Amino acid sequence: MKKIQPNYRTLVVTVDNKFGVLARVSGLFARRGVNIKSLAVAPTDKAEFSRITVDLDIELESVSLDQIIKQLDKLINVVEIRALDPDKSVERELMIVTVRAEASQRDELVDHLDEVGGKVLNIGTESMMLSLVETSSVIDDFESFLGNFGIVELQRTGRVALDSL
Amino acid sequence: MNNENIDGGRALIRALEKEGVEVMFGLPGGAILPVYDPIIDSNIRHILVRHEQGAGHMAEGYAQATGKPGVAMVTSGPAATNIVTPLCDAYLDSIPLVVITGQVPLAAIGTDAFQECDTTGITMGVTKHNFLVKDAQDIPRIVKEAFHIATTGRPGPVLIDVPKDIVDPKNPRSKLNWVDDPEMDLPGYEPEKNFDLSGIDKALELIENSERPVFYVGGGILKARAAEALRELVEITGIHVVTTLMARGAFPDSHELCLGMPGMHGNYTAVTSMQKADLLVALGARFDDRVTGKVDGFAPDAKIVHVDIDPAEIGKVRKPDVAITGDCRLVIEAMVDRLKKQGSTPTDRSEWKSSISGWQERFPLTYENSEPGSKLKPQFVIEQLRDLAPDDAIVASGVGQHQMWTSQYWNFNSPYTWINSGGLGTMGFSIPAAIGAKVGHPDRVVWAVDGDGCFQMTAQELVTATVENIPIKVALLNNSYLGMVRQWQDMFYEERFSEVFLSEDVPNYKAWAESMGCVGIRVDSPEEVPEAIAKANEIDDRSVVIDFRTAPEERVYPMVPSGQDNSSIVVPPSQESQER
Repeated sequence: MKKIQPNYRTLVVTVDNKFGVLARVSGLFARRGVNIKSLAVAPTDKAEFSRITVDLDIELESVSLDQIIKQLDKLINVVEIRALDPDKSVERELMIVTVRAEASQRDELVDHLDEVGGKVLNIGTESMMLSLVETSSVIDDFESFLGNFGIVELQRTGRVALDSL
Repeated sequence: MNNENIDGGRALIRALEKEGVEVMFGLPGGAILPVYDPIIDSNIRHILVRHEQGAGHMAEGYAQATGKPGVAMVTSGPAATNIVTPLCDAYLDSIPLVVITGQVPLAAIGTDAFQECDTTGITMGVTKHNFLVKDAQDIPRIVKEAFHIATTGRPGPVLIDVPKDIVDPKNPRSKLNWVDDPEMDLPGYEPEKNFDLSGIDKALELIENSERPVFYVGGGILKARAAEALRELVEITGIHVVTTLMARGAFPDSHELCLGMPGMHGNYTAVTSMQKADLLVALGARFDDRVTGKVDGFAPDAKIVHVDIDPAEIGKVRKPDVAITGDCRLVIEAMVDRLKKQGSTPTDRSEWKSSISGWQERFPLTYENSEPGSKLKPQFVIEQLRDLAPDDAIVASGVGQHQMWTSQYWNFNSPYTWINSGGLGTMGFSIPAAIGAKVGHPDRVVWAVDGDGCFQMTAQELVTATVENIPIKVALLNNSYLGMVRQWQDMFYEERFSEVFLSEDVPNYKAWAESMGCVGIRVDSPEEVPEAIAKANEIDDRSVVIDFRTAPEERVYPMVPSGQDNSSIVVPPSQESQER
């Protein structure tokens, strides 16, 4: 299968778990006109630190990832930064979606959901609520499949990632 | 003292005392009132300014002249916004400042309370770091951290925003147990983490093998207190030096290897030697656009050795061939050490030296003096000020033509004698910065060379100078115009002068100076200049303002037009026919 190179880069940034730190980090991107494609923030195993996983749109050649990393490192509250190599990292994202599904359509929907390892969270008369934890590209594909049924509401968390072992 | 129960306001002042603060610049107001009360009982000298911007620039001038961090304290809201300009100025010129702002009480934050503004939000992009104190108990630690961050690594401004309730002794939230030596909690701040001196050998090899090397010296040399080390390195290697606008004085102008200032208004030899170099050794310099001109065309044949304490500067503008991340003084001392051990003789570069001396002969800084009775040439005034000033005089300038002329024509022979706003280009900088410098060095002569546009932005601080007994001298190069903007309209906008003429008649600077308690002198003609300066030099018990009436059509030469490469340097008309 042909590997598709993402046009975004993932940074994993360990920061002080304090108020205002996310604003400092996101402000640094904003000042340079860099869009955040996805963002996940939560405390780490050490309560004093949080980990920010951020996907940056860096299609603009004028913005150097190296320079962004160095500037991020200058923020006093930033403890560690890693740029994840897409080939050497494990990433996951969570999607929760409510999709229109008449009784007659549900077999097809659930079959495909099983194939990708998702779960049914809730069942209504005309719709179902599903969840899926997978890589962003699998979620992208599943999302377009759901488009055939009609998406009522959808929420994705943004990616979290770690280096592979 | 440890564990003593005190209130936040007293703790804040005590923490400043513990940091060795001797002087602070500020202006009180509602939210910061509780911190002003303990100042009465403190040994810290507080200088009451007339505008908060003045407090910030004074703290900058003090820091630049003494090497100690400058401290300013103002209230919330408009006072905080007024000090944003000096914060940004200090951020761009890497000046260590600690600025304390009052804030509305914690419970009122976010309610649009009177004189509330989002100070930490506003200043996030113009400070090295800022703090919003939420617990009085944190005050000793945060003050210690603020000074540590401001003064280590690449220096810069740090702001502490202090809500009123946690410093107000009437409020129970202000109670804390004093801690003498709090432990800092800065796991993400290790300024030496990225130090990498492994490039030194490679750098020395490039230096040895270069035919046309130049030391490109920036303000980092002064921050690193590396002027002496630099001199040793220069003399061992026999390589010429350019000192950027931020580094004037880091290497003596009187030294035969000093080429002076490069850049947009640098002298021809400094600009051209960099442009034609085969090796630039950048020491604490950041390849600013005012130095490089068009980056693609900058020093096209030069290999680059870049030494800087800030890893983010390495490769930001120009990719170096050798990068050394570290404190300039340590790096230079290590270089000198190795050169001494090798005992190598300087490479023969006689051809390059003769090119340099040829440019120096053909393209010196020059201007045509004016006739007696006609308006003054600003360059002449600066030469006279320079020649009549003591060797250790400190010079501060505002921003514009007068700044460039001062940098060009003054002889800076020792470090920390030149104070200006380089990165931000803040008009109005000179008078408060000169006052701050004078506070740091009360025994030395401090000249503020100012323009009339700049003077009208911050002149009120001369009242501060009078009342606080901080006598400075102001040389006002008054051409009735916003001179640098006029020069650009003259050269690049077909002489269409849009909104640059101020006035020849108002204000009456002599009367204005006198009304502020200064001696005012007006000079209209060249032959009056030496006498006026001599008179000013004799006065040391109050400030003096000399209103020099200068010729508005005078241009700063040379000039590299904006956006062009440095080989497009425009020389004065009298040198146009010289062979380049």
